Amino acid sequence: MKLLVCVKRVVDYNVKIRVKGDGSGVELANVKMSMNPFDEIAVEEAVRLKEQGKATEIVAVSIGPQQAGETIRTALAMGADRGILVKTEASVEPLSVAKILAKVVEQEKPDLVILGKQAIDDDANQTGQMLAALLGWPQGTFAFKVAVGEGSIDVTREVDGGLQTVALKLPAIVTTDLRLNEPRYASLPNIMKAKKKPLDETSPETLGVDVSPRLKVLKTTEPGGRKAGVKVASVAELVQKLKVEAGVL
Amino acid sequence: MTTLLIAEHDNAHLKDATHKALSAAKALGAPVHVLVAGSNAKAAADAASKLEGVEKVLLADGAAYEHQLAEPTAALIVSLASAYDALVAPATTTGKNVMPRVAALLDVMQVSDITKVVSADTFERPIYAGNAIQTVQATDAKKVITVRTAAFPAAAEGGSAAVETVNAADDPQLSSFKGEEIAQSDRPELTSAKIIISGGRSLGSAENFTKYIEPIADKLGAAMGASRAAVDAGYAPNDWQVGQTGKVVAPDLYIAVGISGAIQHLAGMKDSKVIVAINKDEEAPIFQVADYGLVGDLFTILPELKEELTK
Repeated sequence: MKLLVCVKRVVDYNVKIRVKGDGSGVELANVKMSMNPFDEIAVEEAVRLKEQGKATEIVAVSIGPQQAGETIRTALAMGADRGILVKTEASVEPLSVAKILAKVVEQEKPDLVILGKQAIDDDANQTGQMLAALLGWPQGTFAFKVAVGEGSIDVTREVDGGLQTVALKLPAIVTTDLRLNEPRYASLPNIMKAKKKPLDETSPETLGVDVSPRLKVLKTTEPGGRKAGVKVASVAELVQKLKVEAGVL
Repeated sequence: MTTLLIAEHDNAHLKDATHKALSAAKALGAPVHVLVAGSNAKAAADAASKLEGVEKVLLADGAAYEHQLAEPTAALIVSLASAYDALVAPATTTGKNVMPRVAALLDVMQVSDITKVVSADTFERPIYAGNAIQTVQATDAKKVITVRTAAFPAAAEGGSAAVETVNAADDPQLSSFKGEEIAQSDRPELTSAKIIISGGRSLGSAENFTKYIEPIADKLGAAMGASRAAVDAGYAPNDWQVGQTGKVVAPDLYIAVGISGAIQHLAGMKDSKVIVAINKDEEAPIFQVADYGLVGDLFTILPELKEELTK
């Protein structure tokens, strides 16, 4: 079974982001960037499937500027076999990302594509579902557990009330939730080895995908702040304030 | 033209998320139809017909929709889409699963998780875990939108719309339901509760959630939540997680117990009306958003709180 994993380069999850003063967006210059955490989980799951003998090859894809190649290298250091960078300086919306990935899928013909359920920058939670739609494949989103069978895959999903298990015909799309696995750290020897693994480059134009945005971002602003309130000295005072001052009890 | 709202329901009951998403759907300014896709879901459709501002309810009743799997449900919505300008669903796990599939099939870029309707094509939505708010204008002729339910009030009852049956669409037969583990509880649901008490890793064990958090939840009729750290540690089930990637809540009262207040957690609860933080670390970031902070050991404070609430 051949696997495709999709990785996005995003602002590191520990960074407290700043909105630009002119409302044009979020400050990205000189900010630490990393692989989207959900995508790390996707890579880890792919590597585990290969280690279990269920997958033969893992291809990691990223769409972005030259530096997105570093994100692919991270995936290669974790255990992916080769990479494809779809190079663009444009900011690409999930629908266009899905169209690009659909083209890559046509070329690579994987049996399973694993993606993070959302990227922690735009928080859109769309790409996997859109890719499934464009390919006419089934989707197992927000995966908590996956079990690969013959020609099918069982995906246990995190849903609002608990867990739901669906059986999907292969080929299929899986998007990862937080508890699918705990991603490994790449070891130094593997980081060195990853530098020698093949990394091809292509572009949206070569793949024939128009990435013009459909959403016009009018402005980006700071959220309405919330001020720290008061410290109370005792439980009695807390309950008193909740009853009388806040009126919520 | 018209807006189609996809109802959140469990066949027997209409979920509160529908009431809230309806407020957003109405704000688009067009008449609203509600689609109930389910199996033996007449009760849910009848409930939807009583919501104020609903012009018509469409009921698609069929075995394929019992669990609202993405593939058949998206096919159904796409089959109805030509009559609508906007397709709207609450950003529940069902809405988040189905709607992007619909959007891509219609070649539309979805607007996810809107928190405000500025006009029929312009919306506010949070990015970066709510640390920035983007105002976006959707240029596609048709809009596909998911709604952050915590940001909208629940629409009232008082309508009497007709329920019309619509045909099922062809099931692509790509997926099948195998089973579920849905927690049964008499407590209010996390996303619609008026009061929530959440615990963090400092609770130390699942037993301590039961021993210290639960009695207060019982006293207050509150839902129980947890931080990611507590869920990852196995102290609380996954579906209790409040935060950027868990549930986003905005109750009247949110009590955070032993939760330090990582930005990812704050993203899920900072729109609560009143926030109480109980933490032994007085420097914990949670105090920067709390209306009332109490510094101390939760294992002595919670029993005292229970006592005080009993008075």
